[in-house]
Amino acid sequence: MPFIPDSEEQVARYSRHILLPEVGGKGQKKIGLAKVLIVGAGGLGSPAALYLAAAGVGTIGLIDGDVVDLSNLQRQVIHQTADIGRPKVESAKARILAINPGVAVDTYYTRLTAENALDIIGRYDIVLDGVDNFPAKFLINDACFFARKALVHGGILRFDGRVFTILPGKSACYRCVFKQPPPPGLVASCQEAGVIGALAGVIGTIQATEVLKLILDRGRLLTDRLLDYDARLTRFREIKIARNPKCPLCGEHPDITQLTEHEPEVCAVKTA
Amino acid sequence: MQVTINGKPEAVQGGTILEILKAKDISPQMVAVELNSKILERDELASTVVKDGDAIELLFYMGGGR
Ligand SMILES: [Zn+2]
Repeated sequence: MPFIPDSEEQVARYSRHILLPEVGGKGQKKIGLAKVLIVGAGGLGSPAALYLAAAGVGTIGLIDGDVVDLSNLQRQVIHQTADIGRPKVESAKARILAINPGVAVDTYYTRLTAENALDIIGRYDIVLDGVDNFPAKFLINDACFFARKALVHGGILRFDGRVFTILPGKSACYRCVFKQPPPPGLVASCQEAGVIGALAGVIGTIQATEVLKLILDRGRLLTDRLLDYDARLTRFREIKIARNPKCPLCGEHPDITQLTEHEPEVCAVKTA
Repeated sequence: MQVTINGKPEAVQGGTILEILKAKDISPQMVAVELNSKILERDELASTVVKDGDAIELLFYMGGGR
């Protein structure tokens, strides 16, 4: 099927994509038809949303229950100083539309919960994890498994980052590695630990690239392998992950048969 | 004996995975442990004896995103 450009403007806007044999007009059309949900409009969600919007992803869903805070601006590059106090989803939507008015942006000014997760995730093709706490990361993993939606997981802490792509039921999931969240207070999350701002850009844009590969069905996905990035050493390392037959979610005898939420974390870890 | 921990060659005394974690002052609740590309159950840590040439991955929780 040949690409029928809607306008010269679109051909010009996406010309560097269309020039790629892996994308072309056909691929660009796929990108335009894709629906991607970004959970968390923060450090990872910011760069991911900017690049996916610029790439022409037709529908971008943003879910986040927070407002922009001054301390976010060091890394959450979709928001600006004038946005302080504004819901993050609103601020991010405005910036997305400024980059690419052709994107349809759905905003959910709320937290993802066991009650709303399947309904919201069900409206999209691909989910990008940009949340900052373990209960939410497990909830997203589980919801994507039950809804059979591809998930691009990401995490950052201090100078370390991680990306992992999950095709539920086909490749290893987050619980194949980590059965359950760590006991509260034992492991720091970004809420209480520091993080080098530019690290969020590296990890968020790798996540965005995985999303585009999923849409285009091109290249080799980061499935069944974790990508770890150590910014201190500027070193990437890949760790092979096999599907775990004892996984409580996608294993042979799962204990998790419906969506539930782990207890929210208590921010008990002192800043190092 | 010689093993690889997170991609780096290391000489260890031997013993179990749990003993290696203890020597490194790592609580078993803080990591997922992969031995030769297979994730170990937490209750296997005390019963799994390391062998020369083993590849061990200690995967820490990484929660941030904001
Ligand atoms: Zn699994």
